[in-house]
Amino acid sequence: MNYLYFWYVQLLAKYNIPKIFADITFPILPFCIIAGVMIVVVLILVLAERKILALFTQRKGPNRVGYFGLLQTVADAIKLLCKQNINPQGADKILFNLAPIIAFSPVLILWGLIPYSSEFEFMGFSISILLYLAIAAFPVIGIILAGYASNNKFSLIGAVRSGAQMITYEIPMIFVVLSVVALANSMNLKDIVLAQMNTNPIMGWYIFPCILGFLIMFICVIAELNRCPFDLPEAESELTAGYSTEYSGMRFALFYLGEYASLFVMSVFIATIFMGGFLPVTQNYISEMLFANNQFLQVFIYIEQVMWLLLKSSFLIFIIMLIRATLPRLSSKSLMNLSWYCLMPLSVINFIIIIVFKYITEGRM
Amino acid sequence: MTDIMKINVGPQHPSTHGVLRLITELDGEKIISIKPEIGYLHRGLEKLAESKTYLQYLPLVDRVDYLGGFFTSYAFCNAVEHLLNIQTTKRTEYIRTLCMELNRIASHLLWLGTYMLDLGASSPIFYTFRERESILALFEELTGQRMMYNYFTFGGVRFDVDNNWLDKVNDFLNILPKAIGNYEKIITNNAIFIDRTKNKGILTKSFCSKYAITGPNMRASGLEIDFRQKMPYSAYNELGFVVSVNNLSDSYGRYLVRIQEMRTSIDLIKQCIMFLKQNKDNVSCNINPIKLKIPQGEYTSYVESSRGLLCCYIQSDGSEKPYRVKWRTGSFYAVQVLPELVIGQNYNDLIAIFGSLDVILPEVDR
Repeated sequence: MNYLYFWYVQLLAKYNIPKIFADITFPILPFCIIAGVMIVVVLILVLAERKILALFTQRKGPNRVGYFGLLQTVADAIKLLCKQNINPQGADKILFNLAPIIAFSPVLILWGLIPYSSEFEFMGFSISILLYLAIAAFPVIGIILAGYASNNKFSLIGAVRSGAQMITYEIPMIFVVLSVVALANSMNLKDIVLAQMNTNPIMGWYIFPCILGFLIMFICVIAELNRCPFDLPEAESELTAGYSTEYSGMRFALFYLGEYASLFVMSVFIATIFMGGFLPVTQNYISEMLFANNQFLQVFIYIEQVMWLLLKSSFLIFIIMLIRATLPRLSSKSLMNLSWYCLMPLSVINFIIIIVFKYITEGRM
Repeated sequence: MTDIMKINVGPQHPSTHGVLRLITELDGEKIISIKPEIGYLHRGLEKLAESKTYLQYLPLVDRVDYLGGFFTSYAFCNAVEHLLNIQTTKRTEYIRTLCMELNRIASHLLWLGTYMLDLGASSPIFYTFRERESILALFEELTGQRMMYNYFTFGGVRFDVDNNWLDKVNDFLNILPKAIGNYEKIITNNAIFIDRTKNKGILTKSFCSKYAITGPNMRASGLEIDFRQKMPYSAYNELGFVVSVNNLSDSYGRYLVRIQEMRTSIDLIKQCIMFLKQNKDNVSCNINPIKLKIPQGEYTSYVESSRGLLCCYIQSDGSEKPYRVKWRTGSFYAVQVLPELVIGQNYNDLIAIFGSLDVILPEVDR
């Protein structure tokens, strides 16, 4: 981070801009970068999802706008931007307009907490994993507000379902994260990644001692994201579109954006804590072989680390999309039962297993 | 005790299979009362018949049940033939049987796809529509239409089938069992599907008799009544088949019965093809449908359609136009039994149970 900071100060100094300006703008800069990158990532994700679902269902998917349908989501986004924002009759105007923002903006902070490479981390707190979990629970407030303020019964039911679901699945998730924290002896995400370093590049991953936890976490994340088979809050066959029924135009786009942005960041989070994050799968960095004598070797390594992280998380995203194409929706009763009777006890068992594992391998608690 | 929420499911709703309106009262998410409201797709097909000649009404008959046009037009043609006292040839009846069974498969495939969509699985509809598309292509080749066939006429069918077409049907039937096996692979043993359908929407035998439920819904309740076997019409008395039936009484049972029925239909069609390849008979009678006058009388014909017993009642006063036409359709009764099945259930299960009854609204409203 310091490296980037000095680079930024020097860059501004070149154009005779005072250092105080650099100090003020530097903390804001990451969010501007994140916001820009996020939109690109979401556009790619939406297209990828449509293409992948098309692949599973023997269709072509979007293939008209741009070469190979690549500009389809751009066109969709522009269409959404141009659409009229409708305020439904009887809706609470302030809350109705505020809800998409509350649902969307926490995701931006989540993006900032992830260590994308060993030096490239927007916000490196010593307890960043705790902050991550706290902020990940935030968007549900926006969703409940949306349902409450829309003055629509379908929205209300969807919002209440979403609230119940998110609270329910948060608890096993936190237990699993706790076991990872116990393994790494740290609550800093970067330290957790570095603790997964091993002589064998894959065997150090926490997915191996914590396979049960990984599965629980994966299920919980799908539930948190309101994705199939946990898409009860927006169950289109019963609730038309759940909490977003009354939304149109840019406000709807914000919900949509937030949904896919958190899909991405949640997959990155799982990859970070279970699959070695930015660590390479190969023995050494590929860049070390290719650009061994290049003066920018370090930069190439950082880029490669980001690529490894993206590769791991896109594998998880692919699995989530595969699940969406395969499974029907759970009933609301078994949704609750799954968490309270199955995942909760299992996550506690997982925690005990990890403690025993740690005791055996390290000889101390 | 929370406040009771009154909620309007439909008529504009993604999964009411057309335009059904369900006035539902919810206590939390528990359904405490439900009232189906029908009539949003009423086209007056019964009253319309009184101002049209028999031939003019014939194309409209397909619209009674747009997913099973052959069933409705068979029922109408059969009633007219009875009133005229015409004997159709064997070949005609075999062609009709073949068409009806293909239509049953197409209808069940569409039901399977949309039902899985109701349950939240988005892929199966594409798989079932792929196969249904092949059937519609076959129909298009035979009749010139994909949905509103207008193929059966009084005393015959419009065009004879040729061996080339029969071979195509046979080719399709060879790939269909594998396709059905593939659906079963992702659906039948799926834990979530079983959780959503087992012991949900239990339709007891007494409900069946009380609400006059027929068709696959009834056979899934353990009542082995299939009018194709019980009171054979068309060519069914010469064809051998086993009625698919089970005792589960729930949505899962109804799913199994329909899957089984598709397999039965494949057998039946194969038997029809065998007959049609050997037999070279005439497929029309010497009547002039334009100047058709039907002697005074009344008759009710019946068909085991894909959604239950379908009856067509015609009363003739001896003129060119029917005095009265009345349709009895399976879906109409299935809608009525819905409150019995869903009251006390979670709102989540409403569409899951309703979908399993295979109701289509044009058939209800007519």
